[in-house]
Amino acid sequence: MVEITVLKRSRTEAALTQRKFFKKTAKGKVFKVLRERYLRDDVSCGIDGCKICHDTPLPSYGDKNHSSFPDGHFLLPDTNVFLSQMDLIESPLFGPPIILLQTVMEEVRHRSLPLYNRLKALTRMEDKKVWVFYNEFRSETAIVREEDETPNDRNDRGIRKATQWYAQHVALRSSSIRGQDQNSPTILLLTEDAANRFKAEKLGLSALSVRKYVEGMKDSPQLLDLLAAEGSDEIEPTRVATGRQVLYPEYLSTGILVAGVKAGSLHQGHFNANQYNYLEGNVSVPGFNKPILLIGRENMNRAVQGDVVVVEVFDEKEWKAPADEVVDQESTLKDDDAEESEGEGDAEKSGQLREKEAKMVKVEKIASLRSLERLPTGRIVGVIKRNWRAYVCHIESTSLTSSNSTSLSIQTVFATPVSRLLPRIRLRTRQAPTLLNQKILVTIDRWDATSRYPEGHFVRALGRAETKEAEQESLLLEFEVPYRPFGKAILDCLPQQGEQWVVPPKTESSKEWKDREDLRGLNICSIDPPGCQDIDDALHARVLPNGNVEAGVHIADVSHFVHPDTPMDNEAAARGTTVYLVDKRIDMLPALLGTNLCSLRPFVERLAFSAIWELSPEADIVNVRFTKSVIASKAAFTYEEAQIRKDDPHLQDDLTQSIRLLNTLAQKLKAKRMAAGALNLASPEVKIHLDSAESSDPIDVEQKEMRETNSLVEEFMLLANISVARKIEEVFPQTAVLRRHMPPPKTNFEKLQDLLEKRKGFKLDVSSSGVLAKSLDLCVDPDLPAFNTLVRIMATRCMLSAEYFCSGSVGKNTFGHYGLASSIYTHFTSPIRRYADVLAHRQLSAAIGYSPLHPSLHSKAHVERILEVVNKRHRLAQMASRASVEFYVGLALKARGERGGGTGVTEEAFVIRTFRNGIGIFVSKLGIEGLVTFKKDMLFDAENYTMTVAGMVISVFDKVVVRIEVEKDRNTHRGKVKMTLVSPIDSKGM
Amino acid sequence: MASRIEILNEGGFRSDGRRQFELRTIEIDLAQQGQADGSAVIAHGLTHVLVSVFGPREARMRSHTMHDRANINVEISLAAFSTGDRRKRSRGDKRILEFASTIKSTFEPVIQTTLYPRSQIDIFVQVVQQDGGLLQACINGTTLALITAGIAMLDFVCAISGGVHSTSPLLDLTNLEENDVPNMTVAVMPKTQKVSLLTMDTRLHVERFEEIFRLAVEAGSTILVEMKAAVLGRSSRLIESVDSSTQPHGLGVENDNS
Repeated sequence: MVEITVLKRSRTEAALTQRKFFKKTAKGKVFKVLRERYLRDDVSCGIDGCKICHDTPLPSYGDKNHSSFPDGHFLLPDTNVFLSQMDLIESPLFGPPIILLQTVMEEVRHRSLPLYNRLKALTRMEDKKVWVFYNEFRSETAIVREEDETPNDRNDRGIRKATQWYAQHVALRSSSIRGQDQNSPTILLLTEDAANRFKAEKLGLSALSVRKYVEGMKDSPQLLDLLAAEGSDEIEPTRVATGRQVLYPEYLSTGILVAGVKAGSLHQGHFNANQYNYLEGNVSVPGFNKPILLIGRENMNRAVQGDVVVVEVFDEKEWKAPADEVVDQESTLKDDDAEESEGEGDAEKSGQLREKEAKMVKVEKIASLRSLERLPTGRIVGVIKRNWRAYVCHIESTSLTSSNSTSLSIQTVFATPVSRLLPRIRLRTRQAPTLLNQKILVTIDRWDATSRYPEGHFVRALGRAETKEAEQESLLLEFEVPYRPFGKAILDCLPQQGEQWVVPPKTESSKEWKDREDLRGLNICSIDPPGCQDIDDALHARVLPNGNVEAGVHIADVSHFVHPDTPMDNEAAARGTTVYLVDKRIDMLPALLGTNLCSLRPFVERLAFSAIWELSPEADIVNVRFTKSVIASKAAFTYEEAQIRKDDPHLQDDLTQSIRLLNTLAQKLKAKRMAAGALNLASPEVKIHLDSAESSDPIDVEQKEMRETNSLVEEFMLLANISVARKIEEVFPQTAVLRRHMPPPKTNFEKLQDLLEKRKGFKLDVSSSGVLAKSLDLCVDPDLPAFNTLVRIMATRCMLSAEYFCSGSVGKNTFGHYGLASSIYTHFTSPIRRYADVLAHRQLSAAIGYSPLHPSLHSKAHVERILEVVNKRHRLAQMASRASVEFYVGLALKARGERGGGTGVTEEAFVIRTFRNGIGIFVSKLGIEGLVTFKKDMLFDAENYTMTVAGMVISVFDKVVVRIEVEKDRNTHRGKVKMTLVSPIDSKGM
Repeated sequence: MASRIEILNEGGFRSDGRRQFELRTIEIDLAQQGQADGSAVIAHGLTHVLVSVFGPREARMRSHTMHDRANINVEISLAAFSTGDRRKRSRGDKRILEFASTIKSTFEPVIQTTLYPRSQIDIFVQVVQQDGGLLQACINGTTLALITAGIAMLDFVCAISGGVHSTSPLLDLTNLEENDVPNMTVAVMPKTQKVSLLTMDTRLHVERFEEIFRLAVEAGSTILVEMKAAVLGRSSRLIESVDSSTQPHGLGVENDNS
């Protein structure tokens, strides 16, 4: 039993141990809050060799590699160091032991949660020596805010006091142990605040600024680059510091913003940049049905994709329509000089640029008069939360002043992010020449009102552009996919037998066999795409004596291996999903489980979680049961093999019969689903042919083929998911892990409806999913077989995306899955590659009384938190796989073009959008979208979505032929797909 | 919205610097309060409660007299300034009435009511300051007040609150913690290890329950030590003062055990 004690706190200490403050609630009511704290003497200093303290992971003399501190030292950074120099501290080159004060932790938490999370991760990293010292709870170091002292000053004083205490504490140790001759290590206060340094020195403490400190380190050149821009100003004042023009309006204060949002005069939302036009963006806010449009640099006021911003909406008569033009940042701002624009001192040049941009944003008068197209327009008045992360960028070669590769002088250069949604970033580096032609990671540090571009710093290089390694890594970083190898703690959670693990023989005492059904005798097989290694589902069917059919879906029993609250479980929850790239798979679970122990491979016994139905011959469910089981799959087919087997009349064996039986049932299930109003959606899916496993050079691209057997597997997976969803929702109404697809708001379809009506004369009825499915079926153009697919793709884009949710968090009437027309749905069938399925497995297992449910799954807040992460990961993983396909399509096109003699590839394509100076193109065969731009404006009829190019009328949904080339951008050295029209007219040179 | 304060941080400290199984400071004052036959002021951290006991005496209303045992009457008043927001609660407040009846049912099996037939014991609880663990403070205070009033009881009643943050149990919750974690209050009679009260207003998982329950029973003995010392201290000082003079005044006994 644990020791229970009473902490004594004497009344006389009340001044130090009690804290009284006032708090104002959202409604404006004022509360008095009284809190106490218990000061203690058992908070450990964490330094090895300390006689007084226990639990001491920091090395006894700290770090002796710094030139100024031969006797060793410990770093004690203040809050601002973490807030601005996190990249430096995270760098593997930065090794000195760090003492992290509780005061600092809390201040960081208060200021920025993402940084706080990084800080927490830092304390857990194995190769970093960080000790958290709870100074506010130690009696010697706790302080109380004095009257007329700001919280900031109080914290600074607390940090100094802790530094002082540490210095004494360390000195005490060395004098008592080794006598006076040995010098004790220095406790170094690291702070950017000169006043703080001065005060610390007065107390006899050592204090340094980060830059000064880093300069004395071993790897200083690399580390100096990691310093955030904030530090650089004091040391090297820019030459045109005076006379800086203010380019952007200042933000309003947070108080005004919050009050404004509450009162409804201002609106809060996420900023989305427009990928076609860098001078335009929008913000979706709850107050308006349509997103608020922001036109021009000043109105976008330094917002970056993803920031939470506050918008002021203009008068309705100033509302405008989005521009019908493609505006490319690179071509417009090509000549802007990084060094020059720093101060925006060159008034003439700056003026020119502004004029040029003003012309760009000048919305066509006619366009703005169209009331249908007009959107609420506004400007950003403040930023609530920056959502900056590290971005993958290229250095622009033109911004370099000297490309001499040995030059180590500091240069200011532009880094262009790979994503078209981001502004270019200005950055100062000594390594500019070597970074050219490389993909690099850059973080934005700040964006001043006086600077046209945000300022950032270099984090690290990813490798040469266009090499597969660099492209792959940049893709993973860009979509925030965690791709580090699994750590030791995680691998320790695997079964000890490793590859040799097998299902133990069936005995009474065997733990594995307890409450498991023996289904080894059934004719179970799996059907998957070719080359599939992580087989998580297998099927069987047989006719019962009463004429009904028994069908079973067997899912890999991942929850048998992955137990809640273990390092492996936490990692899987953080990864959320396995990410599939064209030539790489980033696993959610270690490969041993995913591709071996859990994978339902043929001819071996495996643990499974089975859902077994009794279905009537009409495919109605008579009953369903769920059980943990042991199976032995008889075969692993590809879709193609299964299809051939099914269609071959000579084959009459049990396995084939069972596939046929499943197939007939699946057809009936599908018919039922369709009758209930399920949608048949489409997304452009292509398959990349790789040359061979080693070189993995793509040879060609083709569209994915759909066979009957694909739909067979799909139907049974849907059936299993729906049955499981019903069960877990019934047993755990508050915390069941479900998946839903909200019906899209009608306004989302307006544009597509208008397009179809005007161009093709089809009417799209969107009042329900069933009606929509019917009207989509009617959108057929006999001349263009691919047209229907195109409309389906466009309709899919109008819809919302499906999401996981916790059943207790939303109203029961919103559980429905719009696309599948099911009233309830979850994910159960792929626990190897999706974390939500693992949770569903655990809940189902508890629902059938197999195992108790882990307490965390009883907590709504906990489930919500996990699902929020899983949803985000899921979305990003999809985007990453799409981007990976796009990259390979590009490579394949290049390869194909080269084989064809360098003239590029010509393909048929559909027009999906028209602009004043270009058209948006969709190449269905390759599944890619592109732009054909013309140098000058064409005759453009926005009302009817047509434009006239050299006498030819081109309109949306027209079929055209385009030439696709991959050309290298001379400036940033990144491959770019370039399209030109071939037919009806050749737009080369236009 | 998730609170910005961590209930239990990675160093194992709670928001007020305690560890999981450390109780807040307990201050007990058993001095005479006005006309009361027995009284106690008890503080668990920042929760302060004053309990006065009158009786056994004749019941005010005839209907309250029972021929074979004493009637226990509990009344609670919350000071308007006891919480952060100044709010006056009427006596008829349902929450307060429930609270009173909880205390009453806790003590009914412990007080030897059959020794005092046709009488009434009045327990008046005044809550001066609240910071979580109100019920535990009320019960512990009542135990002490009854003892100072010289009313026969089977045993001490020691109450403690407990909760669970994620999977870690916590004892003696502050207001901040009570709002955030599922919690319960347990009152035990340490000598017999009998539980005379267990309340839960929040949902708690059945497997966590047992763990906290055992901890709370254990913690009862820790509190007993404090309470016993206070009672013994008061008694010995009483005896001293009786010895030194025949006039037994100055029953006020400051007790801090320090």
